[in-house]
Amino acid sequence: MRAGTTRPPAPVVAVAALAVALFAIPLAGLVWKAPWDSAWSQLSSADARAALRLSLVTSLAATALAVVLGIPLAWVQARFDYPGRRVVRALTTLPMVLPPVVGGIALLLALGRRGLVGQYLDRVGVQLPFHLPGAVLAEAFVAMPFFVLTVEAALRTVDSRLEDAARTLGAGRASVFWHVTLPLVRPSLVAGAVLCWARALGEFGATITFAGNLSGHTQTLPLFVYVKLEGANPDAAIVLSLVLLAMSLVVLVSLRDRWLRAL
Amino acid sequence: MTLDAAVDVTVGTFHLDVRVAVGDGELVAVLGPNGAGKTTFLRALAGLVAIDGGRIVLGDQVLDDPAAGVFVAPERRPVGVVFQDHLLFPHLSALDNVAFGLRRQGRSRRAARAAAGEWLGRVGLAAEADRRPAQLSGGQAQRVALARALATDPAVLLLDEPLAALDVHTRTAVRRDLRRHLDGFGGMRLLVTHDPIDALTLAHRLVIVEGGRVVQEGTPEEITERPRTEYAAELVGTNLYRGTAEGELVRTEGGAVIVAPAAMTAPGPVYAVISPAAVAIHRHEPEGSPRNTWPGRVAHIERLTTKARVRVDGPIAIVADVTAAAVNALDLREGAEVWTAVKASEVGVYPV
Repeated sequence: MRAGTTRPPAPVVAVAALAVALFAIPLAGLVWKAPWDSAWSQLSSADARAALRLSLVTSLAATALAVVLGIPLAWVQARFDYPGRRVVRALTTLPMVLPPVVGGIALLLALGRRGLVGQYLDRVGVQLPFHLPGAVLAEAFVAMPFFVLTVEAALRTVDSRLEDAARTLGAGRASVFWHVTLPLVRPSLVAGAVLCWARALGEFGATITFAGNLSGHTQTLPLFVYVKLEGANPDAAIVLSLVLLAMSLVVLVSLRDRWLRAL
Repeated sequence: MTLDAAVDVTVGTFHLDVRVAVGDGELVAVLGPNGAGKTTFLRALAGLVAIDGGRIVLGDQVLDDPAAGVFVAPERRPVGVVFQDHLLFPHLSALDNVAFGLRRQGRSRRAARAAAGEWLGRVGLAAEADRRPAQLSGGQAQRVALARALATDPAVLLLDEPLAALDVHTRTAVRRDLRRHLDGFGGMRLLVTHDPIDALTLAHRLVIVEGGRVVQEGTPEEITERPRTEYAAELVGTNLYRGTAEGELVRTEGGAVIVAPAAMTAPGPVYAVISPAAVAIHRHEPEGSPRNTWPGRVAHIERLTTKARVRVDGPIAIVADVTAAAVNALDLREGAEVWTAVKASEVGVYPV
């Protein structure tokens, strides 16, 4: 039977339509309730702008951290079989399924002022929790697995014989990696980084637990939205939610070849 | 400068133990069936596989000697490689593929590209400089791969099955081209292939490898005239029998008797070789001059354009090259009862 030659059964269509509604109706509600008249003034308020700026800074910094740390990790995971490789894989994938608030508590207990490692950091004057670097770290903790898994999968598909060919042409190992391996996985590097950035931008649980909710210092956009919705200015929450929605759409469109075509 | 490579390496359960020497300006072909270890041998020369025993020496430089703890990394060996499937970098243009090695040698981008452009011109691809490998034909890709390997001015050029990735129609033309470009490179050249035509048409000397061992080496003429294994005989397309010389006769291991005056010169265990062109096929037992006649049954007929290669089984299994006209005139078909005949003077005999 060829796909499309028969109609799907009506009850299945009904349930599928319900599933679509589950995604569509909330978005429609957001757009419908949006205070379009005051949207610009909401966006240009000082605390909204601060939250927006802070979110961009922390999410980009978290992405940069994920790229710098993630490329070597992905390469080792893709190319070497060492004892404990599966444990490392599980450990570095865990944040994808771990409730972010648990991640935040774990970070606090490890890197807080009295934490496992934090007590030593504190002595040399490094304070992460309730400071901006803490927000960056919390976002990187949650978002980095998206980058690592994407790049690792791409590295596995690189034909290692191309790297051999490069070596016979006088390229040392580092040069091969820089001039052959990385360019070959560039599309996946970009996709992984965009994915990682989107996840970092939306991070809530780990950030609020580890970095707190200090306006202008660690109050990122999702935290700001939550606070405003609960407090005096739900309109600001709605407008900034729309901003986050728009950013998500940009991510989706930029990754369309990866997600919207084959699947 | 010469290359002397004694390569002893184990990959999984496969053991390769081969020694090949290449003289100054010589083109040597290592010929063997798939799985004979040819590619592993080549990778060892390039430094992509470290040898377990033996020694690879190029001129006065030791490239790999595990006993002495010497191993020169692939990027430091003056060795160029043309890989099977060409292995051009898909993210670079033809020009940048050729410039790649020059850049790694520390030349500026501009100088490397200028030199690469000259190389592409030399292999007739100046117009294709900006194309990506995916936009090149198989023959063009091979010429880019050759230019890329030669651009770094290696002392030795290694070629791994250079024609295997091409389809039958383009292979002949590309082989002619390749031969011209290989002749233009004065250094040492070592080709590994499973295709006897490539080896016989391109190389000065052949080294035949079977099961990880050298079984015979020599010029194409020497191997054609005196193959020493069934595989070698099959490669050069001739009939080979192992037996014992007794006076004018060779008694084969299969129990047949071949009359051959040449056997007088080499009593004891010998090989007898009969060129397929020297074998005649008859419908009835021939009378007169040929002193070797055997009854048999046609096992297989392979028709080429004007010739046919006929395999006949009998007391002696033999391959005959006859004209296509003869196949029709004799009404040869598989299963037909025939007689084969060979003049005694056409049988070559040499000691084992």
